[in-house]
Amino acid sequence: MSATAQKQTVQGVSAAPKKLDIGRLLLEGRAFFALIAIIIFFSLMSPYYFTVNNFLIMSSHVAIFGLLALGMLLVILNGGIDLSVGSTLGLCGVFAGFLMQGVNIEFLGMTFYPSLWVVVVLTCLLGAAVGTVNGVLVAHFKVPAFVATLGTMYVARGIALLMTNGLTYNQLEGKPELGNTGFEWLGFNRLAGIPISVIVLIVVAVLCGLMISRTAFGRWLYASGGNETAADLSGVPIKRVKVTVYLLSGVCAALAGLVLSSQLTSAGPTAGTTYELTAIAAVVIGGAALTGGRGTVRGTILGALVIGYLSDGLVIIGVSAYWQTVFTGTVIVLAVLLNSLQYGTSGKNR
Amino acid sequence: MILAYDNLPTVDEVVLEARNIAKSFGNTHALKGVNFDIHRGQVTTLFGENGAGKSTLMKILSGVITPTSGEIVLDGESILFNNANEARAKGISIIHQELSLAPNMNVRDNIFMGREIIKGGQVDFAEEERQARELMAELEEDIDPLTPLEELRLGQQQIIEIARAISQKSRILIMDEPTSALSAAEVEVLFKVIRDLTTKGVSIVYISHHLEEALTITDHAVVLRDGTMTAYAPRKDINLEWIVRNMVGENFDLGSPPTGYEFGNTALHVKNLVIKDSGGGDYNVVDNLSIDVKAGEIVCVYGLMGAGRSEFMECAAGRLRAQQGHILLGDEDVNKLSIAERIQAGLALVPEDRQKDGLVQTMTVGQNLSLASIGEFTHKLLTSKADEDSLIDESIRAVTVKTSGAEAAIGSLSGGNQQKVVIGKMLATAPKVLLLDEPSRGIDIGAKAEVFKLLAERAKQGLAVVYSTSEVAECLSIAHRIIVMHKGKISAEFDHTASKEQIMAASGESVTH
Ligand SMILES: Nc1ncnc2c1ncn2[C@@H]1O[C@H](COP(=O)(O)OP(=O)(O)OP(=O)(O)O)[C@@H](O)[C@H]1O
Ligand SMILES: [Mg+2]
Repeated sequence: MSATAQKQTVQGVSAAPKKLDIGRLLLEGRAFFALIAIIIFFSLMSPYYFTVNNFLIMSSHVAIFGLLALGMLLVILNGGIDLSVGSTLGLCGVFAGFLMQGVNIEFLGMTFYPSLWVVVVLTCLLGAAVGTVNGVLVAHFKVPAFVATLGTMYVARGIALLMTNGLTYNQLEGKPELGNTGFEWLGFNRLAGIPISVIVLIVVAVLCGLMISRTAFGRWLYASGGNETAADLSGVPIKRVKVTVYLLSGVCAALAGLVLSSQLTSAGPTAGTTYELTAIAAVVIGGAALTGGRGTVRGTILGALVIGYLSDGLVIIGVSAYWQTVFTGTVIVLAVLLNSLQYGTSGKNR
Repeated sequence: MILAYDNLPTVDEVVLEARNIAKSFGNTHALKGVNFDIHRGQVTTLFGENGAGKSTLMKILSGVITPTSGEIVLDGESILFNNANEARAKGISIIHQELSLAPNMNVRDNIFMGREIIKGGQVDFAEEERQARELMAELEEDIDPLTPLEELRLGQQQIIEIARAISQKSRILIMDEPTSALSAAEVEVLFKVIRDLTTKGVSIVYISHHLEEALTITDHAVVLRDGTMTAYAPRKDINLEWIVRNMVGENFDLGSPPTGYEFGNTALHVKNLVIKDSGGGDYNVVDNLSIDVKAGEIVCVYGLMGAGRSEFMECAAGRLRAQQGHILLGDEDVNKLSIAERIQAGLALVPEDRQKDGLVQTMTVGQNLSLASIGEFTHKLLTSKADEDSLIDESIRAVTVKTSGAEAAIGSLSGGNQQKVVIGKMLATAPKVLLLDEPSRGIDIGAKAEVFKLLAERAKQGLAVVYSTSEVAECLSIAHRIIVMHKGKISAEFDHTASKEQIMAASGESVTH
């Protein structure tokens, strides 16, 4: 039994504590350090940037991207991509606006005004439905995620345009006598000084974080994103996992749609155009691998903050919109570069 | 500069000399000052248990990784390779332990990947195809060069990997476990090719855990143990016992069928199973197969590659669909159950290809080990870290995985230890019937003995074990019963007193050694 004994000593020796490695720390915490750098830079550039009020405003912008990015994270962890979230956001916003106008039911000859909570639930269900279509296409019909969600991206946008004839719903306040007021609550109200939208983001982030790190589903998600056949053979219900992540991504988009139209007090069919790309960028900046299996909620939220605080900062110090685009693009490429640095070394040892 | 092919291989000349090579990965010292010589026109075999550092040393010699310290002397000159291309330019090529092929490309393109034959600014596909055909003929393999790689079985993919290395016409050819998925007949052919190459002056470095097989081809034996070279000898001075003694310190045998208990009821009942060829061929890969395995019984399924062993097991596990027939676990028909439900019911499979089907590369050693038993440590929605850790610790101990800890990346383990993780993962699900497709692939003789001992122990506790192998020696170890498959059918059935020759003859294999 000498061989076994030897193996155990080897185990003991190499389990010694690791040295603190500054380079590694900087690399792994890159999104965090980038965020700190951004905050310091803009605080120096503008006295207005580093104020509580500005942070709250910026954070309520971040909430939109953050919600989309969390849904996107789940899909990307699974090794997929969801290009339809921007359109789903738009469609859901319009749908909510449509419900707020009152639903005319012809054969009853009456108009039905759903209350705010009914609007929220129905809108989330719509988001879930769009997500389910994506998920079923990808999981059961084996359509590549890129193509399937590109398709739903167009279809959802088209339906939004059809529903409004290209126009925007501006009457979202509701009327007290109809019992459907309070829509602007999501976008404007504060709880203990914190905008509701930010609270929604925090709640979704915490739930998401718990789900992917502490539940069986989370483990299934990481496993099927890392190696789907191995996960399948280990008894992971890979199709169910797939459908679920697209469904949840749709729900996140619906929430973002509600928050956005409430913030703007209007619901337009073109809202959220290209937001899917921002969401993907946030996830990538947060250190997730587009190949699946790697990524965290913390990283994604940091990624969303980096993008949000950067673009708002650029606006505040008066940089032109064209330059903003250039800066955002640079940050994304840098992030991917660092991702390949981090995963490149450990991935090549086969 | 000495040209290849001009000298007789009897001249004992060292072409490459590695001096004092050390390599550390963080806290893991994979190599601790190794000296290693490669002789011109001869075969040098590197023996050593899993994680001894064999692959690491070979990756250094072929430029894939750089050593922490030490020197490589080629033709009397000290050199340093920064990457595999530089080594290839100097005539050194390597067949990696884990396949490095592109599954979506065809055989021809895989063989010439990165070295395309260019004529008039374009790839000369016709010439590539001709050469690929020649290579296939040389390796006596009936594979069309235009077949997509993913349609080939694992052994054939390994042949392609070998063909690619041979086609580079290198002076030094390193083969890291080239035969782990090959049948005995294919190994014969490979050895013929190796002998042919050595007469042309090509030097071969060979690594294998099939010790007897390696002894038939090698001229020199080097034993590595825990990153140091513990023994060296020319072929004439050594035998199997010498290798095993130097490798693991004591003589391991693969055990004998466990006795002293009664078998239970039938645990696995397979009746008239028919599986069609998935590649669209008009034949059945498994043809009217019926097997009964009792609780506590160990059955070995022997056969050549393509005999239908993998398909039978994959079908039982729920990965392939059967055309006809029944599979019963106890009295429960598993036909309609998903893979997950079969695992729940107690029917687990350890797949053949650990990279593709066994491991999740992005997860840690621990997460891989616990992957198939997540339900065990999930209480009311949330997973329990403490319960998971104890499950992982138990598994690591049960299959003796050599790792720096449960948090280590799975890719940092040596090939054999990765294999043990795959076995440990399925054992952790507490199965009633465990199917293992080539479980000894890539694991050293000590580990093999440990795995077999573990299986024998579990069998005593009532586990029904079915394992497949292409090594006759492994049939005659712990198995109570040996079933030989040939072209999808059972061609013979033996008890553990059968002889190697009987078993091989029944498999349709010519008895050569
Ligand atoms: N990239 C890496 N990072 C960390 N440790 C590594 C890495 N590659 C190898 N090791 C460690 O180095 C040691 C030697 O590994 P190596 O792959 O050379 O073993 P081996 O002799 O080829 O074993 P096997 O027979 O199982 O293939 C092992 O302990 C392994 O865990
Ligand atoms: Mg190895």
